[in-house]
Amino acid sequence: MFDVVYFSSVSENTKRFVEKLGYSSIRIPLKSEEAASFTHESESVLVVPTYGSGDDNNTVPKQVIKFLNNPANRKHVRAVIATGNTNFGSSYGLAGDLVAAKLGVPLLYKAELLGTPDDIEQVRERLEQLWLTR
Amino acid sequence: MEKIKLVSRPVNWNKIEDPIDMDVWNRLTSNFWLPEKVPISNDIQSWETLKPHEKTLTMHVFTGLTMLDTIQGTIGAAALLPDARTPHEEAVITNIAFMESVHAKSYSSVFSTLCSTADIDEAFRWSEDNPHLQKKAEIILGYYNGDDPLKRKVASTLLESFLFYSGFYLPMYWSSRAKLTNTADLIRLIIRDEAIHGYYIGYKYQLALAEETTARQEEMKGYTYDLLLELYDNEIKYTADLYDGMGLTEDVKKFLRYNGNKALMNLGYDPLFPKDECDVNPAILAALSPNADENHDFFSGSGSSYVIGKHESTTDDDWDF
Repeated sequence: MFDVVYFSSVSENTKRFVEKLGYSSIRIPLKSEEAASFTHESESVLVVPTYGSGDDNNTVPKQVIKFLNNPANRKHVRAVIATGNTNFGSSYGLAGDLVAAKLGVPLLYKAELLGTPDDIEQVRERLEQLWLTR
Repeated sequence: MEKIKLVSRPVNWNKIEDPIDMDVWNRLTSNFWLPEKVPISNDIQSWETLKPHEKTLTMHVFTGLTMLDTIQGTIGAAALLPDARTPHEEAVITNIAFMESVHAKSYSSVFSTLCSTADIDEAFRWSEDNPHLQKKAEIILGYYNGDDPLKRKVASTLLESFLFYSGFYLPMYWSSRAKLTNTADLIRLIIRDEAIHGYYIGYKYQLALAEETTARQEEMKGYTYDLLLELYDNEIKYTADLYDGMGLTEDVKKFLRYNGNKALMNLGYDPLFPKDECDVNPAILAALSPNADENHDFFSGSGSSYVIGKHESTTDDDWDF
């Protein structure tokens, strides 16, 4: 199975979502300079929370941008999963849309906050399927 | 309420103890808005197409929301201040308090634009007499005035992330039928703010909870689910009072359960209501998340997201004609 590479702020909502998935996971460091030198060079899916609302430069967490600035990290990302909150309207999970489009990989799923049991089940199913057809 | 402790140190924003304080402050201030900037008067024609009972329902819903925002803007946020962990958190809470007062005032803008004084007075009277609305205020105020800081945070998060939604449903419903679309734009700004408030207070709750004993953590978990269910029972009655006449009660209840689950998640707990009881009407979800290019007419001057004009610094290249 893919490694789950994710970013989660100190509030750790995304971390808890990822832990519920139950796959091996690696957290992108919180400190930007560490995120910039952090490498992960095996097939992965990237889980990304959304900050900001698309009309500023903060929508994708800067640590994720640092991580993706390294082409070696970038080329192993097979799909993206977004966490967010529908309260943010059209910017719900927007970081996922932006990163997936830039990488040219599918956005597999958008989940709210920590994810419901149904979200977890659906994400697992889609990951298994993607793993088999890769 | 406890006496607010004397501030003994000035807030230094160059020394951040908790990065979430800074993130949330930036997010809240960049989302700042005022109701005067939303062209509610473009809804006057649409308002006149509503039947009398639909108008009454809308006004009752908005006075109910006004009441919650009033509580949160005055007592609610002030009740959280003594427990702030950092001076920056105190600043964020005062921002939250101010925005709640902006929200409360924005319903009055809608009223004064669309309704007569007599109708407005009747709606406010209704809100003071409705037992279920009074009860929800009573339950929350009981904790705000109580002496348990963790329970105050839970009550506050449930207000921000759950109790508003019996009201928020209606403008989203109207919006899905292309009615009161400018009012819906204003409500979406409130919904966006409440998400950040619920996230932030829920996060601070989890920090404080982590320092407690296992027994106390268990107690708080039980308390949180019990309080949600107590409020939910009352919300069901409130919802029936409001929406039975329109036949929408069951649809609203799905929206309540969906948001109840999100409120629990903001507090770090697993959702309670199963998936098939939270299958919110897709038209309502779509109304929450309109595409900027399709939800408003060209002349309304208002989109799904209200944007304050941006500036960009000039660079030398700009002068290279």
